[in-house]
Amino acid sequence: MIRIVFTILAGVLLGGVVHLVSVLALPRIASQDAYSRLTPMTKLNEVTALPLADPGNSPMPLMDPAFAMAICRYDLSSGPIKLTVPVSQAYTSVSFYTRNEVAYYAINDRSAGKKVIELDLMTEAQHNELPEDEEITAADRLIIDSPTTTGLILLKALAAEPGLMPQAQASLAASTCKLQTEPVAAKQEAPPQPAPAPPPPARKR
Amino acid sequence: MRLILTTLLALVIAAAVGLGLTYATATRGTDLGTLKIGAWTARPKNGTSDVDPYSRATIARSGELPIGTGDGIAFSAVTDDKNKPLDGRCDIVVSGVTPAARFWTLTLFDRKGHLVANSLQRYGFTSQEIIRASDGTFEIHIASRSRAGNWLPTGGIERYALMLRLYDTPVGVATRTQRDAPMPVVTTVGCP
Repeated sequence: MIRIVFTILAGVLLGGVVHLVSVLALPRIASQDAYSRLTPMTKLNEVTALPLADPGNSPMPLMDPAFAMAICRYDLSSGPIKLTVPVSQAYTSVSFYTRNEVAYYAINDRSAGKKVIELDLMTEAQHNELPEDEEITAADRLIIDSPTTTGLILLKALAAEPGLMPQAQASLAASTCKLQTEPVAAKQEAPPQPAPAPPPPARKR
Repeated sequence: MRLILTTLLALVIAAAVGLGLTYATATRGTDLGTLKIGAWTARPKNGTSDVDPYSRATIARSGELPIGTGDGIAFSAVTDDKNKPLDGRCDIVVSGVTPAARFWTLTLFDRKGHLVANSLQRYGFTSQEIIRASDGTFEIHIASRSRAGNWLPTGGIERYALMLRLYDTPVGVATRTQRDAPMPVVTTVGCP
């Protein structure tokens, strides 16, 4: 009798451990999470417009039907990403998610304070590699550190009335999300060039 | 022989208890870090990096993208203020005021998070579309048959959920009570 009680008790205790491990593992092993759902319908490091939410097929559950949405699925392993999103008439926001759907950063048009939301997304290692002076000259440039190398950027534009949906979609269609390897290299080369260039003419005169 | 049997029994109990608990919490969610105001429930931390493991499991399982804190907050209701489940065959009125926000949207979903088909193709309201009384309050009628004013069709489904999303709002992790966030009242007016 005691043996059975002991067995059940051990089972329940072990069950607690199983529960904790499975809860922590679930985000990693889920096959129907947002990232997996969006992978076949989105391009890597490019903005892809999502179809409007409708009863028949919406890419994700609980999507707000009042918004035009687009996704940039990113992979930072070959360099940082530059994101530009023109602000629509009503409300525009950009949200960043890790590979496991943790919303680590979100910004809206008003907190961006400009007509265009411009962001640089990089991993922490890439951020640390940035030359310091460049960071100062680009003080108005917003740099976001991504906790994971891959993830999702969700761009949303509100259509306050159904009739405004085409405008919201158009403003998202004008947004870009691309690898930044070339512009960074150009900026690093640019400063040394003007400096040596002026002296020769000065000496000649 | 007996030792093997008892060990097996313990392992079976462990698997059943552990996975059962995980399934239950990942499907229904937990009360960890929830903000409850009237019939409305929100999980403000879901939009931040310190989201709890149970919510992460729920999000991964459902396949949604939670709304980020810098963007807004989502309140959901599956019952009225008297704890009666929302029934698509009944007349339900959502009335009053909403917390300060630049925009809000109210959307009707089935319990799996899908929109409900209807001939009007109306799945919700935005704060700009709504017809208000002169004092700024509003009344949204949620029913299967058409109603005057702001009518949100249910398609006659039995159980549904309402989601009120506030965009660009001070409501968030620091919000505790009705006074910080005056949420609209949800009442069942009548059932056929």
